[in-house]
Amino acid sequence: MAIIFNGVSHVYGEGSPFRRVAINNINLHIKKGEFVGIIGHTGSGKSTLIQHFNGLLKATEGEIIILGKNLNDKDVSLKEIRQKVGLVFQYPEHQLFETTIFKDVAFGPENMGLPKEEVNKRVIKALDMVGLGEDMYEKSPFDLSGGQKRRVAIAGVLAMKPEVLILDEPTAGLDPRGRDEILGQIQKLHKSLGITVILVSHSMEDIAKLVDRIIVMYKSRIALDGAPDKVFKNVKELEKMGLAAPQIMYIMKALRKKGIEVPTDVLTVEEGAKKIASLLKSQK
Amino acid sequence: MIRDITIGQYYPAESWIHKLDPRVKIMSTLIFIIALFVANRYIGYAFTIIFLGTVIYLSKVPIKFMLKGLRAILVIILLTVALNIFMTPGENVLWSYKFITITAEGLYIAGLMALRLIFLIIGSSILTLTTSPIQLTDGIEKLLNPFKKIGIPAHEIAMMMTIALRFIPILLEETDKIMKAQMARGADFESGGVIKRAKSLIPLLVPLFISAFRRADELAMAMEARCYRGGENRTRMKQLVIQKQDYIAIGVISLFMIIMILIRFI
Repeated sequence: MAIIFNGVSHVYGEGSPFRRVAINNINLHIKKGEFVGIIGHTGSGKSTLIQHFNGLLKATEGEIIILGKNLNDKDVSLKEIRQKVGLVFQYPEHQLFETTIFKDVAFGPENMGLPKEEVNKRVIKALDMVGLGEDMYEKSPFDLSGGQKRRVAIAGVLAMKPEVLILDEPTAGLDPRGRDEILGQIQKLHKSLGITVILVSHSMEDIAKLVDRIIVMYKSRIALDGAPDKVFKNVKELEKMGLAAPQIMYIMKALRKKGIEVPTDVLTVEEGAKKIASLLKSQK
Repeated sequence: MIRDITIGQYYPAESWIHKLDPRVKIMSTLIFIIALFVANRYIGYAFTIIFLGTVIYLSKVPIKFMLKGLRAILVIILLTVALNIFMTPGENVLWSYKFITITAEGLYIAGLMALRLIFLIIGSSILTLTTSPIQLTDGIEKLLNPFKKIGIPAHEIAMMMTIALRFIPILLEETDKIMKAQMARGADFESGGVIKRAKSLIPLLVPLFISAFRRADELAMAMEARCYRGGENRTRMKQLVIQKQDYIAIGVISLFMIIMILIRFI
């Protein structure tokens, strides 16, 4: 097990008039190598939840076990946990600070106290993984486009070689091309490195395309948890939570209503296109 | 950690003190502070405690919140007390060792000074705890209005204060976020010597400055897009009106001042 949560709650501002329960009695098991998507309306507790995965926030109640280490233990090394669980925040480009891209990506591995050659090796590898070549190494991170900046920031986390990678809305504010690039790279990372990936997103399309399992957060709790096709069957419930199923599902349903015999459990546009094409072929 | 900062924090509640006109509250606080310096005997401060206690009770703000602000100036209070105890010359020497002497007069004044500082902080935190930042700046703008004639840009000052106050929580939040992001990359803000710690702030300060400039730029742009320009002929949504309770408050604070003066000179 990579991540185990037993009855975890987090309360902000306990004892003040601003008290707010951000997550409430969360029970969760995430296996090694899983690709998990977390969706939920704004304020449902997603961001608070993921900050518990690497010990940035401490549970006010309950028990968290990350890669076999119980975070409630006194002698637990949070630094080690944070290195093994890489967390990429929303708009990670806002954390860039160094004079060159290379130095910025090296910040993480340098903090781990690695020797220089190892740091260099990791930085080159991490930048390669996000598709940034040698010609970019000496550029200032502030001269880049939004998508490139974000890739540098993600490389900064990858260079620490995490066993679990968490990404909070990695595609927010990017154009379609930047979005596809980032998501493609995340998928590639998951396949080639076999690491556990947790993806927080608003976009049902992105989630449906990539993950093996979806966790739906609603009002500080886990509302649904399961494989994408199972979760997206509960369209009514999702809509009640201010979410939705992937648009292709709505299209397929509408087609069916018109009497066209297409399956409705389709999650991605590609899959839908194939199904419609084969239907058309068989009708000829 | 960073959320513990309470400077200028507003405590929402439904109370008499909350409903007072901000202008009255600002002026009352000023008068209160002056009164503190008028008093030079413990009897005056005994009376102040009763007065402050009543105001705190009326404001419905938990006393814990008031005392929180004191923690920040604990060092200053201790320093003042120490300086007064050791530096005050006097006739009734209680204890002396080489060049250090403690006199009864020193203890007397040190106690007065400590109380004066504590009352000063509590008094002014009542103002910020019971007045929202918007009300506060509205009040300041109105109070500065008469000085417009001698070229003091009242509206601009008030606007700048509003914006500055508004940005405090935003920048705190931003700091928190960047700190977390860098901590996730193994940054360590808490250990090491002075130089190492100062160096460890670079990954925090550079992004923070960049984002502060970005936000300022965006805000200026947004204001301009809505055709904002200075104070001339602007009307406001909420007009400040002096009401019955405000007259009562003015009466009470004036009475307090008079009593303090009487205590001093009689």
